[in-house]
Amino acid sequence: MRIDRSPEARVASLAVSVVIAIGGVLMLAPFYWLIVASTHRTRDIFSNPPNLVPGDQLWTNLVNLFVGEGFGHAVLNSTLVATIYALLGGLVCTAAGYAFAKFRFAGQGVLFGIVLVILALPSQVTLVPLFQIMVQLNWLNTYQALILPNLALPFGIFLMRQTMQSVPDELIQAARVDGAGEFRIFAQIVLPTMRPALAALGIFLFLAQWNDFVYPLIVLRTSDAYTVPVALASLQGLSDTDYGQLLAGTMVSVLPVLGLFLFLQRHFVAGILAGAVKQ
Amino acid sequence: MTSSKLQPATRRRWRGSSPRLTPYLFLLPVLVLFAGFKVYPYIYAAWLSLTKIIKGQTTFVGLGNYGRLATDPIFYKALTNTLIILVTQVPLMLGLALLLAVAFNSTLLRFRAFWRTAYFVPIVMGLVAYGILFSTLLNSHHGLVNFLFESVGLPRVPWLADPVWAKVSIIIALTWHYTGNSAVIYLAQLQSIPGELYEAAEIDGATAWQRFWHITLPGLRPAITLTVVLSTIGTLQLFDEPYVLTNGGPNNATLTIGMYLYQNGFKYFDFGYASAIGYVLTGIIGVIALIQFRFLREKQA
Repeated sequence: MRIDRSPEARVASLAVSVVIAIGGVLMLAPFYWLIVASTHRTRDIFSNPPNLVPGDQLWTNLVNLFVGEGFGHAVLNSTLVATIYALLGGLVCTAAGYAFAKFRFAGQGVLFGIVLVILALPSQVTLVPLFQIMVQLNWLNTYQALILPNLALPFGIFLMRQTMQSVPDELIQAARVDGAGEFRIFAQIVLPTMRPALAALGIFLFLAQWNDFVYPLIVLRTSDAYTVPVALASLQGLSDTDYGQLLAGTMVSVLPVLGLFLFLQRHFVAGILAGAVKQ
Repeated sequence: MTSSKLQPATRRRWRGSSPRLTPYLFLLPVLVLFAGFKVYPYIYAAWLSLTKIIKGQTTFVGLGNYGRLATDPIFYKALTNTLIILVTQVPLMLGLALLLAVAFNSTLLRFRAFWRTAYFVPIVMGLVAYGILFSTLLNSHHGLVNFLFESVGLPRVPWLADPVWAKVSIIIALTWHYTGNSAVIYLAQLQSIPGELYEAAEIDGATAWQRFWHITLPGLRPAITLTVVLSTIGTLQLFDEPYVLTNGGPNNATLTIGMYLYQNGFKYFDFGYASAIGYVLTGIIGVIALIQFRFLREKQA
């Protein structure tokens, strides 16, 4: 892979690489600082000069967090809710994307228009009505209150419709000729060919639910129902915030999604692009 | 699921008589969820925006909430703040993303895959997490950023305590979080521009700048349209960052329309007024997004 370069090209290469590297270090610096801060006590986090190397308080911070504050509940809630949401949401959005991409039917344009309008409408408008719906259904503090309202995600439907267009019609037609039922075609032919896009959508949905804050804040009223972000915000709101504990919790909230993302990065990026660029 | 003997018959009948129904069946879950959790709430909010709670009773007040909004100085403050952040942050972020994408696409850059990930990875951090992180980093007295500023001879900056710097802080946080995402979208579009175009231009003696202006930018137009419109919609709805970083302060300097809506709804429980704000925000988003679409489409033609 060695490319012979002219002296000017080498200088240009060095300049570009240095600029991008400086910016890149700035992008990563908050992650490094998060690791450092989560291993210190509050007073050592804000010491002068600041600590720039990890300390030895990580275990203490985690014990305070999980034993003292019952953070485990929040991690469990978030994990379950985000997993169920990603699986169900992936299925629901894929089915809708399939209908839009591979069928012609009355009302198609209007229905897809509704998807796009909902995509553009500010979701804050629905906060008050959703809160009242959840009160009436007696669903405050429940998983279904977190999962159902955004399960049919317009972005997800849009993404799957775009990606689905690359599935050849002949494949579906051939299966129909062979006598396969419509749901079988969907489950056994369409879904498997969509695996990369499904992985992307799955991560996207998982991240969205794992990180969602405002809506859960409204429908979760008791601390044992809290998700990770709501629990973190409640720790931050205390008058004598233990920052070591708070930042350890923040790290706990970031690491799993960071791992998931790095592990599946290729799919994630590919999926986002499929939705973004082809049009 | 029941008797397997039944299956062929039901399936044949279903396939035979109702292929037209099939797409609706695939859409059914989405339609039900939309009806219950999107369409109904939006309509209900429209009704709420015409009401006010008077002596514990929800009372129809016509356009009263909208009238109040038209003369509410705090609403105009929130609108101005939101627009200031919009016109500074979106061009800054998309400009940086464009440069990044060109760099990521260039053989001049070493370790491309690594840096691409480095710039993209902030997108995974949830807003509460990065709110906590940035508020400690930008703490005026004990924050790391001010320490570094001081150690290179720069003055301390009242990041979250000063009306102007608080906006700057929010712009920095937004840019950190979302720039890599836009860069990746541009990068994909860049990679779809045929290399022959560049080669031909080079033979014709076009400079690097001319190639960027006449090949790269036009080739990126679909991606630029998409990111401009989506970032604009996102910024007009801005809520999360000011909520966790500044809580709208100091002195409402970072109060956004989204935050004002939330405050009215869930701090003062004035559901009618909150809903009216939501609908005005919807109108603003609709108008601006339409103008942008028109403008960017026309340039394309």
